[in-house]
Amino acid sequence: MSDVVEKTLTALPGLLSLDSQPGSNKLSSSSKLGSLIRGITELTSKHEEEKLIQRELTSIKEQVSSPNTSMRQMKELMVRAIYCEMLGYEASFSYIHAIKLAQQGTALEKRVGYLAVSLFLNESHELLLLLVNTVLKDLQSTNLIEVCMALTVVSQMFPKDMIPAILPLVEEKLNHPKEIIRRKAVLALYKFYLIAPNQVQHIHNKFRKALCDKDPGVMTASLHIYLQLIEENPEGYKDLTTSFVTILKQVVGGKLPMDFSYHSVPAPWLQIQLLRILCLLGKNDQSTSEIMYEVLDESLRRAEINHNITYAILFECVKCIYTIHPKSELLEKAAKCIGNFVLSPKINLKYLGLKALTYVVQQDPKLALQHQMTIIECLDHPDLIIKRETLELLFRITNAQNVTVIVDKMLEFLRINKDDYTTIDLVGKVAELAEKYPLIHVFLSFGGPLLPENGKKIWFIETMSTVFSVGGDTMQPDIPNSFLKLLSEGFDSVEEDRKLRLFAVDSYVSLLQGEPGKLPQRFLQVISWVLGEYSCLRADLEVDTVLRLLAKLLDMKTTSSETKSWVLMAMTKLCEGGAGVSVARGVSETYSSSLDTVLRQRAQELQHLRTRSYEPGCYPDTPAWSPWRMISGSPLKEKSNIMLVSRWISLSFLDGFVSEALAAGAAPYKPPHQRQEELAQAKALSLEPYGLSLPISMSSCSITDRQSPTLLSISSGLSGNSNDLSHKGGSSSLKLDGVKRVWGREGYLAQREPAEESAHVEVPSTLRSPSQQGGADGSHSQTPTHTPTPEPELEKQQLASSLFVGLGSHSSVCLMGKSEPTPQRFRRKARSPASSSGASKNISNSLVSPTITVDTLMCNNLLDSRITSEPDVSPLDQTPPLSKGLAAASGSCDEELPDSDVKGSSPSLIGDDALVAADPAPHEEPPKDLLLSSYLPAELSGLSHSEIIPLSSDQSLDLSACHVQKEGDLVLVVFIYNSSDSDIQQILLELDSEELEVSCECDGAVGGARGHSVAVCQYSLSVKRPSVHVELVGTVSYQFPVGTPQSVQFSYKLPLSSFIRPLTLSTEEYGAMWLDFSHDTKQNLTLISDDPEPLAASLSVLKKKLQLHVVEIIGMEGIVACRLLQDQPCLMHCRLHAGTLAVWLRSPVPDLPDCLMYFCQRALQEH
Amino acid sequence: MRFMLLFSRQGKLRLQKWYTATAERDKKKMVRELMQIVLARKPKMCSFLEWRDLKIVYKRYASLYFCCAIEEQDNELITLEVIHRFVELLDKYFGSVCELDIIFNFEKAYFILDEFLMGGEIQDTSKKSVLKAIEQADLLQEVTTNPPPLPWRVGVSVLFLYKVITQIEQIYDIWLEF
Repeated sequence: MSDVVEKTLTALPGLLSLDSQPGSNKLSSSSKLGSLIRGITELTSKHEEEKLIQRELTSIKEQVSSPNTSMRQMKELMVRAIYCEMLGYEASFSYIHAIKLAQQGTALEKRVGYLAVSLFLNESHELLLLLVNTVLKDLQSTNLIEVCMALTVVSQMFPKDMIPAILPLVEEKLNHPKEIIRRKAVLALYKFYLIAPNQVQHIHNKFRKALCDKDPGVMTASLHIYLQLIEENPEGYKDLTTSFVTILKQVVGGKLPMDFSYHSVPAPWLQIQLLRILCLLGKNDQSTSEIMYEVLDESLRRAEINHNITYAILFECVKCIYTIHPKSELLEKAAKCIGNFVLSPKINLKYLGLKALTYVVQQDPKLALQHQMTIIECLDHPDLIIKRETLELLFRITNAQNVTVIVDKMLEFLRINKDDYTTIDLVGKVAELAEKYPLIHVFLSFGGPLLPENGKKIWFIETMSTVFSVGGDTMQPDIPNSFLKLLSEGFDSVEEDRKLRLFAVDSYVSLLQGEPGKLPQRFLQVISWVLGEYSCLRADLEVDTVLRLLAKLLDMKTTSSETKSWVLMAMTKLCEGGAGVSVARGVSETYSSSLDTVLRQRAQELQHLRTRSYEPGCYPDTPAWSPWRMISGSPLKEKSNIMLVSRWISLSFLDGFVSEALAAGAAPYKPPHQRQEELAQAKALSLEPYGLSLPISMSSCSITDRQSPTLLSISSGLSGNSNDLSHKGGSSSLKLDGVKRVWGREGYLAQREPAEESAHVEVPSTLRSPSQQGGADGSHSQTPTHTPTPEPELEKQQLASSLFVGLGSHSSVCLMGKSEPTPQRFRRKARSPASSSGASKNISNSLVSPTITVDTLMCNNLLDSRITSEPDVSPLDQTPPLSKGLAAASGSCDEELPDSDVKGSSPSLIGDDALVAADPAPHEEPPKDLLLSSYLPAELSGLSHSEIIPLSSDQSLDLSACHVQKEGDLVLVVFIYNSSDSDIQQILLELDSEELEVSCECDGAVGGARGHSVAVCQYSLSVKRPSVHVELVGTVSYQFPVGTPQSVQFSYKLPLSSFIRPLTLSTEEYGAMWLDFSHDTKQNLTLISDDPEPLAASLSVLKKKLQLHVVEIIGMEGIVACRLLQDQPCLMHCRLHAGTLAVWLRSPVPDLPDCLMYFCQRALQEH
Repeated sequence: MRFMLLFSRQGKLRLQKWYTATAERDKKKMVRELMQIVLARKPKMCSFLEWRDLKIVYKRYASLYFCCAIEEQDNELITLEVIHRFVELLDKYFGSVCELDIIFNFEKAYFILDEFLMGGEIQDTSKKSVLKAIEQADLLQEVTTNPPPLPWRVGVSVLFLYKVITQIEQIYDIWLEF
């Protein structure tokens, strides 16, 4: 660059000589500005400041207009003028002099002149035309600095119409030998493109040249243009994808000069720009997306330094990954990233994490589930910004089951919020939700019992009342309109509608009896309309009372004339029967002489109708005030109805026009708040191939169509189930016939057909009933401690369960195996002895909802699936076999798992889970355990094995299984006992699992089994995806020499803890690994407090029960390591903290820490 | 980027740069409102705001607030770094910049900003080349610029203060962890 200076210096030798006495000059100039600034700081009042500045401006004005002022002085004067403008005082007289300075000054004075111009004027200012010539001249200058200045000012502000005049010159600069000029020219063209795109259309090929520029700076600059171009037309630039990917690869790979690095991250701005471009290119385009997977992965991997700049890149990567055609591997990594953001202690990252969650939550609700506790914390965050963002997130996961809680939270926020913009936005959202779910089954308390029908209506009306009073007059005008439309059109049943309207009337009457002066005008208008229309529904409400209340509104000073006209119309409707004459007369007389034409008109109408109703013979047979007449509609009534309703509902004379427009392809009208929401959704990323939005939109459309309540409840079931459906093959066709009606008016419909049951055996589905889910979630979130949970903690957990209800995810574990249980198969009454553990007691005290512990859920899952054939089994009938099973299980544990060291009567984890799988009602006596265990393969017989559990049987086969824990392996042994007399030739066994990798040691075909003999199969299992309990589904198909092929199905469930093995490593190794692992979870667990050394005792319990390896115990802290088969490490850090064991688990495997935490907790609780 | 503002803890505007055409009256109103909002925020709060239809990113350096308005699709974190880079540039140019430097030499600060951002987009991320461009222009003007006259070289460097405070905060955070 220094050669630029040299050139300039030689080109303009005169310049320096002018600057011969820079020191003195500078001092005087600075001191003038300096004294002004100092003068201002010494002042005490605003008034004095004003006086001083005015004086200053006058003196500047004098000097600038004096012909004797040199350009040098002018420059100094301009600086002072800029300063005054910055303080908020106008110095418009100096604008023209700024232009003059830019025109006539030397390079340096020019610079100030241009600066002043760019600060004083904006694009549309007419004086700018005077600048065009100067710019033209400077663009042609040989002085690089002048060219730079001209390009800078051009990109700052330039009159649109004058662009053609300078365009050729700027274009020419694209070929300039100096990269700084080329770069500025590209940016200037970018600016032109923004303000007048068609002016620069012809030079698109030159942009390509800029993109290929050898200087990375110029290339970077050209990306701004490309981003814009691609945003408008992604199809046109697909061919560039590979180039962008290559560039990004080079940047990420550190191929750029060091100059471009920022805090040792290579060209982060460039990276982000490229990621944004790729995001646009890959959207809805699988083949293009595939090109970029690799580089995205690379970017994610490279961004490792803990610095804002890397997080910025990561955030952009995540956005991109969720926008382009999905790739599960990347999505997983991106989800992990979002998790890191959300869990970050840095508030800025947390905020962005929430934002990212909001983007992706519709596609992937399970992510929200994973972070529910963080979300709850953010909801109570002191920073309103965080709170607001959390509400935004909740808004996106709203369903019929959590709508009340979420709306409550939003209203709570609205009451403390002071920012109008947010209020308008949020009020729109609340109204949208309330209208979307007006009569759906809702819960008020956390997972509590269903509200009586009336409660729902009260909720709807009250929510809308709050919306109106908080939203005030700033809210979207269509909110009250659509509310009234809802009220007047009604839902399905006449009786329901009547009740709803009655509630509205009641609630509004009491509002008017309070302090109506505080209510916003819009709300008053709604109230008057409702009272006018429906107060007749309440027979015991005197018309006079209503009229008086309305008249009170007319007398208030604050009431606007628009509202007054609504009130008058309402009165007109009410008086029609001739009632309340005195009030009406007073009012109509007052307003007949009003200055407001509309009011006068209304008053006239009122008067007219009032007198008319007196006319004898008008309605001879009916009492003047009769609800019947109001409803069935007198001619007058109808007239006023049409008059009023049409005002909000439809301008029917426009229908023809509208339908024509629609036919011609115009978009149907949407109310502004809906549009705004759609816009927000458009901003959010859509993930077409997942097809997840379908069920959701199904549910919403059936709601907006106001179908029957049954349909509504089905669709609410659907939305709960959406995830499940779409994950099962992502088919876009909804198998409605497969989806039972789970919800009826009275709540969950427990009866489910066995056929469907079996359909769901494979994947634990998430089709849950709200009440049960509430219970289930509630009980799950109880997991943290065994000791009584502190109040606030408990509240949070309850809140979590009510907020995240209906957001089920598929089989992968979220928190503590939350999504694992399949409550739809669970029967509330069945309670196993396992639920008598301390945890359940704790929960039953704290929760109103049905108390279901994890254990019972787990047990009942299987129980239920087994006993569907005998649906009337009473809890008492079930208990004995269960307790027997438990005894047997724990007994067998003691016998058969000697190295797990479980002594005494406390059921071990494994024993407990053996119970889970135990068949409580075996069809016939299966072969005895002992007998079967003798069939164990020789190499396994020495090892501990779990209890041999009967799985399934038919008339000729009995299936049993157990698992054997080897040091580096877990072996599943299936025993097939042929109970018939004849031999079976061919037995085929197939196993399948979502969570497990199954490798067969006997290649599937078992061969034959003679009559009354046992065939044995071995499978080696390893975990694909951690989950608290993992399940295998298997089919045995066989055929007798004579007969048709037959098959028996079974499932086998085992706890993840069977896959845990100790991991022996040193403290140093541990330390190195700890930092690498990205998935973590923290929780406080119960400590074994009766021991003098609680930490050591607790750890030794964990060691015994879960086979963890205790690496070291240092004072109050301990570190523990284990691995999940085959070789997935998980590290644990424990610390004594306030009487509890603060456990922190970390692993590279998602969900593993959560699952392990669950087992640690149980192990410690059961001790 | 839509605009960048620089104001002091006392609510005095020190620098303003608008990258989209905005009426003078709206500018004033927006500046006033935004200053109020940003100044009311507590130190440990989030640096991002949603305000009107814009995203606001602000950062405090000692007594100075830097505040940028960006658009929906823009990245907040990188904007924070834009601010930081600008401060680094100022710091390098003035030699540990303090608020007074910016008050008395605000036109210089504008020149640096113009060299760094052009039309609201980052133009040159290399600290060296930005300053080079500025210094070359300066050379033409004032051979004897450095160091600037003394009277106002009493303020404390904002970047230095910022760094010290951040470090203290980090230590505090680490301490909290254990």
